[in-house]
Amino acid sequence: MDAIGVLMVCPMNNYLEQELDKRFKLFRYWTQPKQSEFLAQQAESIRAVVGNATAGANADLIDALPKLEIVSCFSVGLDKVDLTRCKEKGVRVTNTPDVLTDDVADLAIGLMLAVLRRICACDKYVRSGAWKLGDFKLTTKFSGKRIGIIGLGRIGLAIAQRAEAFDCPISYHSRSKKATNYTYYGSVVELASNSDILVIACALTPETTHIVNREVIDALGPKGVLINIGRGPHVDEAELVAALVEGRLGGAGLDVFEKEPEVPEQLFGLENVVLLPHVGSGTEETRIAMADLVLGNLEAHFSSKPLLTPVV
Amino acid sequence: MGSGAEQLPEIIVLGPPAVFEIYDEQFSSRFRILRPWESEEPLPHFLASRAHTTLAALCSGGYPLSAAVLANLPSLRLVVTTSAGLDHIDLTECRRRGIAVAYAGNFFSADVADLAVGLLVDVLRKMTAGNRFVKNGLWPHKPHFPLGFKLGGKRVGIVGLGSIGLEVAKRLEAFGCAISYHSRKEKPFVSYTSYPDIHELASNCDVLVLCCSLTEQTHQMVNREVMLALGKDGVIVNISRGAVIDEKELVSCLLQGEIAGAGLDVFEHEPRPSPELYQLDNVVLSPHTAVLTEESMEGLYQLICGNLDAFFTDKPLLSQVPDE
Repeated sequence: MDAIGVLMVCPMNNYLEQELDKRFKLFRYWTQPKQSEFLAQQAESIRAVVGNATAGANADLIDALPKLEIVSCFSVGLDKVDLTRCKEKGVRVTNTPDVLTDDVADLAIGLMLAVLRRICACDKYVRSGAWKLGDFKLTTKFSGKRIGIIGLGRIGLAIAQRAEAFDCPISYHSRSKKATNYTYYGSVVELASNSDILVIACALTPETTHIVNREVIDALGPKGVLINIGRGPHVDEAELVAALVEGRLGGAGLDVFEKEPEVPEQLFGLENVVLLPHVGSGTEETRIAMADLVLGNLEAHFSSKPLLTPVV
Repeated sequence: MGSGAEQLPEIIVLGPPAVFEIYDEQFSSRFRILRPWESEEPLPHFLASRAHTTLAALCSGGYPLSAAVLANLPSLRLVVTTSAGLDHIDLTECRRRGIAVAYAGNFFSADVADLAVGLLVDVLRKMTAGNRFVKNGLWPHKPHFPLGFKLGGKRVGIVGLGSIGLEVAKRLEAFGCAISYHSRKEKPFVSYTSYPDIHELASNCDVLVLCCSLTEQTHQMVNREVMLALGKDGVIVNISRGAVIDEKELVSCLLQGEIAGAGLDVFEHEPRPSPELYQLDNVVLSPHTAVLTEESMEGLYQLICGNLDAFFTDKPLLSQVPDE
């Protein structure tokens, strides 16, 4: 298989990169100084693209690769892949569901605890020596808080199951009602009005872009907390920043942003806000499992076997 | 306050505890308060001159209620401590004198368990370190923040399976952790594996969560041997008492990489954790805040008043320390 050209669009994982190098003819897109020239030269040999949450395969790239057969994503999110174009051209698409569900759900709960109990701010308080002068202020209890989940897919459900262990009542909004005992709300605003903590766990599509807007933030309110482990564009970031700075929203735990790695600096000084550099699936164990899925899907495709985790 | 105050039952407050400082006005409207910390008199003098007939004391979890202090409270029949922990009270002397002791019981267990879980997720997933990284503006310059470690599947050993330990276990099970424990007494009604000593527990776990009370037996129970048994990928979370760990050895083990990280809400000499800890990215430090939530303080205020009211009206206490 080492004659098969695979285009990796950005650096994402050393193990994956090494294995792709071993098994295929790997092209590292980000090292090419003139990307359109490179594509023009190598187009005929590239039969696969490996993308992730940062960069995938848009229409332009797909059109520039006439021999493209498969896009294998190192992520479960597919918002960076033009699925319609892939369907039109018969290009297969795979992602990495299930293997990262637990890590992302763990982090969602971790962020809730970190915001409500001010864990990061407390650590700073101790390290600065401030504890010698007095106790930290009272924080907010997490157990029993009402959790509202946007999107009750694999990750949303995993978050719900964890939150239940803290006696948190669970409600959700989803495209369709699910067969669960959790309370369903037909709109995100209604969900936010009835939640103490709102967490975004749905896929990013044109319909869910800015699903958390000013109206939702107002409904969540000055004691409400927003947790985003989905995609930055799920939230109207400018409205979110204004609400946090002005105290109209109680707090936020954010792992994703509209233009990563840029993060609004106005959030840096807020102790009720916890910011992470998109680490939802960022554990040693899970990244290897994700890489193995990418590799497994590619090998299956090029051996004419059924794909492991196809989307298209 | 005038004659109204004289009719209120009198209590002496020792500490003062955080909940008293927050609810001072409310306490003062229900009880006549003796405030030794506001006096310039040394404590024994203050007690001898003012607290000779005082029947009840409210003390904080850190206040050393020794036999010597109790000796200056000859009429004392009740101690209400605001803590769940009892290591600061000479219980033997209280028993000898017939002084009843009320405490916070299981009241804080959820809050403490929540913090234990929060600290563990933080250490494994580098939340505090990641937050610092982003807020210091480093992300655009250093695109790949180091990977953390998965919580699911980790073998978690709970030291002390009391009320707090059980709440920790219940939560971590939902994250897919395998729970085992070491406790003074085996708990026949739980399905978790019990180990007869902490060394064996540590040898069979990836994480230790310390939820036990501080006693002679548990003092520095987590020593170098235990930490080596836990191993280089091991993580310790302490929400019990600082003195359960040999803090000097903990620092050594962290610096030498003999364990992977720690989440600590308590320290041997509060409020002064070992300064070497401040240089470490793989530890999360917390200023003994496990019970300091709005909800817990409000509930604690109600519980304390409930206990004091019961005492002064000859009714059973709400949360008396059980005889062991």
